[in-house]
Amino acid sequence: MNQTTKTDFQWRRKHLLGLRDLSRKEIEFILDTARGFEEFSTRSIKKAPALRGKVVVNMFFEDSTRTRNSFTLAASRLSADVIEFTKTSSSVNKGETLIDTARNLEAMGVDIVVIRHNAGGAPHLLSRSIKACVINAGDGFHEHPTQALLDAYTIRQIKGSLEGLKIGIVGDIAHSRVARSNIHALTKLGAEVILVGPPTLMPAQVQNLPVQVSYSLDAVIDKLDVINMLRIQFERLGGNLFPSVREYSHFYGLTVERLKKAKPDILVMHPGPLNRGLEIESEVADGPNSVILRQVSNGLAIRMAVLFLVNQAAVLEAKDSHP
Amino acid sequence: MRVLLNEAQISEILDSISQDIASDLGSNNNLVIIGIRSRGEILAQRLQKRLSERLGKEIPCGTLDITLYRDDIHDPQNAVPSQVRTTEIDFDIHQTTVLLVDDVLHTGRSVRAALDALTDLGRPKAIRLAVLVDRGSRELPIRADYVGIRVDVNPEERVQVLLKETDQIEQVLVE
Repeated sequence: MNQTTKTDFQWRRKHLLGLRDLSRKEIEFILDTARGFEEFSTRSIKKAPALRGKVVVNMFFEDSTRTRNSFTLAASRLSADVIEFTKTSSSVNKGETLIDTARNLEAMGVDIVVIRHNAGGAPHLLSRSIKACVINAGDGFHEHPTQALLDAYTIRQIKGSLEGLKIGIVGDIAHSRVARSNIHALTKLGAEVILVGPPTLMPAQVQNLPVQVSYSLDAVIDKLDVINMLRIQFERLGGNLFPSVREYSHFYGLTVERLKKAKPDILVMHPGPLNRGLEIESEVADGPNSVILRQVSNGLAIRMAVLFLVNQAAVLEAKDSHP
Repeated sequence: MRVLLNEAQISEILDSISQDIASDLGSNNNLVIIGIRSRGEILAQRLQKRLSERLGKEIPCGTLDITLYRDDIHDPQNAVPSQVRTTEIDFDIHQTTVLLVDDVLHTGRSVRAALDALTDLGRPKAIRLAVLVDRGSRELPIRADYVGIRVDVNPEERVQVLLKETDQIEQVLVE
């Protein structure tokens, strides 16, 4: 399997800030690399020495369960040391700025910073201010690259390729970094993306994105090969963007009834955490079409691949600057 | 550039190595073969075919990717861009006798990495090493149990094993 001949392609990015700037080749290279990490969970010793002696810091300024634990476990499996940083128990509460915090962590010898921040662009700012590698684990409404990579990986793993697939992303597109990163990754890999949701939850300038838009899930569900249900993000919905949760659920929730209209082999995805009974019915989330837990397992392989690749790029950069 | 082995000679060597292996390890009920990506993988599959025929039983065969275990991946002086590929070993190596297969034995560093990688997969009863070419210039205390051909080449020369499956032609070259 996958006896692809050696390519001349070299991964040279020491930061993963978003998928918008990545080429199709780069995205495919990450997915191919992740395949090598998939079997780790079945080993007798679930560790490799690839990042031995390296220090990874998880800087999370927002809540997270999956992404944070996934990065921690991924770094541990590559034998890195991991520092957990949370906003609530840190000097950020004393007024320290992001850059100062990061520079201080860097002074302790941190090699890779994994950052989640409520401000879009925070990882980019950080990457210009410190020498360590920076990985974006979600910034504001902007991007969440590792989530989109694991989504693409899961689809490719099951469907073989993304070329020509019709993939629906349903829900609050405007406030979703998952949607934004998914749009970049999936379209670059050859899929057709259809955004589905109420007009109030569509991003401004949606016509400039390489996607189709539908305000009715019932109108498009029978065409989809994959449906990615976004979470209703109550913490981001300040205004009156939809009349009521019940009404939203009625028109855009993925119910058993609605799924009957879809192709029998449709993949049901969700980035988590689930609002059971709102955007997705429990029986659908736990049903035969759901690959939600597989997404979580694959996330680990993707994050190991990304940690490995950014570190390798940093080593090669050091080699180039000291010939 | 000179040709060290042609197609017929490679095939002869594999026949003779598999004969030696069969007489040494053939009575062993737990023999498995593991090739190091990528040329070792192909040689392992060819030895597997010969040994399975010779011993009248199907010998399990797998592929090991050693990228994560290489000792140069952190070393700014020696790091080279490398791609992590899959390890495909769908059997338990615990208590087995592993025949590890690679194309060229040189510094011994790839074999060192492979031994570490195997240890993380389980605890074999024994590990034996078979290589097509031993070109000398070892940097680590490692030797092969089965060697196709030994050659002395200058340190700056490169021994290249080309196999039909990946290279369309079948040759061992020194250049």
